[in-house]
Amino acid sequence: MNWTTDFLNQLIDVGISLDRRDAINRVSTTAVWQIEDKHWQQFAITALVENLRWVAGWAEQADEQFMVNACFEKNGVYVVLRTVINAVKPELPTQATVYPAANRSERHTQDMFGIKFMGHPDNRRWTRHQAWDKHQYPLRKDFPAQGSPVEITPPDMHYDFIKGHGAGVYEIPVGPVHAGIIEPGHFRFLAVGELILNLEERLGYVHKGIEKIAEGRTPESLARLAGRVSGDSTVAHCWAACMAMEQAADVIVPNRAAFIRGIVAERERIANHLGDMGAICNDVAFTFAQMQFTRLRERWLRTNATVFGHRLLMDVIVPAGVRCDVSPVACELLKQDIAWLKKELSEIIPSIDLNSSLEDRLYTAGYLSPEIAAAFGTVGYVGRASGQDFDVRRDAVYPPYNQFTFKVAVEDQGDIASRFWVRHKEIMASLKLISQFIEQLPEGDISTPWITPVIDSEGLGIVDGFRGEIISYVRFAAHNKIARFYPRDPSILNWPALEKLVLNNIVPDFPVCNKSLNGSYSGNDL
Amino acid sequence: MNWLIAILQTALFVALAPLLAGWLKRCKCHLQNRQSPPLLQPYRDLFKLFNKQPVVSEQASWLFIKAPYIIFSATVLAATVVPLIAVDLPTSASADVIVMVGFFAFARFFLALAGLDIGTAFGGMGSSREMTISSLAEPAMLMAVFTLTMTASTTNLSYAISHVLEQGLVLRPSFVFALFALILVAVAETGRIPVDNPTTHLELTMIHEAMILEYSGRHLALIEWASQLKLMLYGVLIANIFFPWGIAQTFSLHDLGYGLLAIIGKLAVLAVILGIAETLVAKMRLFKVQEYLGFAYLLGLLGMLSHIILEASR
Repeated sequence: MNWTTDFLNQLIDVGISLDRRDAINRVSTTAVWQIEDKHWQQFAITALVENLRWVAGWAEQADEQFMVNACFEKNGVYVVLRTVINAVKPELPTQATVYPAANRSERHTQDMFGIKFMGHPDNRRWTRHQAWDKHQYPLRKDFPAQGSPVEITPPDMHYDFIKGHGAGVYEIPVGPVHAGIIEPGHFRFLAVGELILNLEERLGYVHKGIEKIAEGRTPESLARLAGRVSGDSTVAHCWAACMAMEQAADVIVPNRAAFIRGIVAERERIANHLGDMGAICNDVAFTFAQMQFTRLRERWLRTNATVFGHRLLMDVIVPAGVRCDVSPVACELLKQDIAWLKKELSEIIPSIDLNSSLEDRLYTAGYLSPEIAAAFGTVGYVGRASGQDFDVRRDAVYPPYNQFTFKVAVEDQGDIASRFWVRHKEIMASLKLISQFIEQLPEGDISTPWITPVIDSEGLGIVDGFRGEIISYVRFAAHNKIARFYPRDPSILNWPALEKLVLNNIVPDFPVCNKSLNGSYSGNDL
Repeated sequence: MNWLIAILQTALFVALAPLLAGWLKRCKCHLQNRQSPPLLQPYRDLFKLFNKQPVVSEQASWLFIKAPYIIFSATVLAATVVPLIAVDLPTSASADVIVMVGFFAFARFFLALAGLDIGTAFGGMGSSREMTISSLAEPAMLMAVFTLTMTASTTNLSYAISHVLEQGLVLRPSFVFALFALILVAVAETGRIPVDNPTTHLELTMIHEAMILEYSGRHLALIEWASQLKLMLYGVLIANIFFPWGIAQTFSLHDLGYGLLAIIGKLAVLAVILGIAETLVAKMRLFKVQEYLGFAYLLGLLGMLSHIILEASR
């Protein structure tokens, strides 16, 4: 089953020697492979041949050196690739020419650390808008956390968008400020008439400095911060960060806490999917469905507030456990909620399924082919709607999911309708999972004492949020303090897919295409 | 006296248009399990907008500032042509249905120019879409109206309605076709679902709203009011041409009052039907609108053919 042994032989064949350190720690199965910097691109080429998926990339400063990491996955087995480069003239061959998914991530690293990726196809700034000077690299140790802001942020005027030529080609700039209550992001269309020739995303407007302000935090404080990487996946991000820290500290979470984590994570997934399904319908002016889904989501969130004390379930998960227990009375309430939602959905879903005008808009629109979905390593409902049969909860299993089996929702049409119905299937699967969690909720503690991790201990938390796989890397400094925190939101892999799936669609269909993908701006910009 | 009633009728048109919009909103809200705003909310909105200072872009020319007044005036003039509570009024007699369509085209021309004038991508996009749709909607509309005018042998709405009233309740296949054609055109022309969504916030999907994105204050109020007026105009057109019973034929107080009640009742019913339709369907793809309006044109044509084949010989 495990592909790593074969792959290691392949690497030897192409002349890459590596310093192998098995398992970031013993809880997870993530291996760390350290290679020389000159082999960085060659590794990616070999990995692509072996169908490894590029998952995440991040760097870190350690004294006079930079440690650059890239994470790969195949069949649910993750590997962290690492190299160390000199800080004086930090250069590294790019992997973006091999893996398009690595493109923006490398630009982010380049912006934040000043590490130059040689041969990178795109040298424009990404996260670091004009507010920073040319030689300011915010994640270097000598850069102060409060930064050095100027009185008036200079406008981001000279970003070199792709230009179109020819008769009838025109540009439509959209955003970063949008009419609805959504996050900021700029979209630049090239269109001929109504047909979209090209779409270019310009993100980074909600950069909050998450990575920088994470440094020096305590585990509790980091968990709270992780819960704010992207507000709609607060549970999943918090869980990923806690999982990473628990691995680093060798803390085993009590089984009851794992179950409660499962319950809140699935409740979060359902709430977001309900909201998304309504929003997709609203973008084609089918308000009836949106109102119904909003109503369902609202009651679902109110139960969250009653049982867990927070509508969006923020800070329910804490390092080494969960903050609040679920009483038998609350279990009853949760069960009633599930029965209620099933009944409501059984009435609403057929009326949507049978609506031909809705069908006309959602089917075949926003098509993402399985090949492109795989090339960008898309995850969650975006990948699953294009036939990417991958779910962390099944393929890189973690408690409590290791004690249950469930069916991963997969569709193969790759259009908006597929992304809609994948969400519906996931809701049904999650409802079943929550019922099982409640039925088999073990007795015991909901948290365990925290153990101060040794200096330099690392952890890689991998969980499945509602948007898909979330990767959270944590390394501890001395005295229980965080040295480096990098959360990789699923949106980072899914956003580039939007640029592809809108091609051959018409401009007025863009909003519904975008909504069907529903990337997080905040999670992307960090 | 007749002129007084004519002016009064137009004033009534202008005054009642926001009420119809409020009623439509109420119907839709109830159908969608929402709490509706009060019936008089559109009046409050207009009042609020009229009291706000308009913000005008530095790039705007005189056209952008004058356009709302032109659009509103043209729409009010169009309203004078359509009999609301009484037929045989001097204003209706002096202009026919082609003039009414002309007023609409005039207003639309300035609205599209204003959308382009400001130089934003959305404004130009909206203007281009509006022009595409109207170029298809206008022939369909005229085709439907011609069916009617051929029956009555006049293009004057007032006389045509009188003619229909004289004939009494006769089932004319041509009218059935023309009615459906006119309903389809009305939905497209007034920017309702499934052609356009008047309540959307998504600029890229907009048609009418995209052109007026840059308007604010009293300018916006005038344009909003003109759209409400246009919606009511089409409602009255459908109600009074195809179901004219109740409209005042003399200018006695009793008849006029009865006429007013009748049109309010008819419009209320029409709004309910529109509300149900808008709740049941999603917006169509922009490129489906041509098929939709092509179908409307076809219905109009069929109406005219069936008039010639089945009715004209009699």
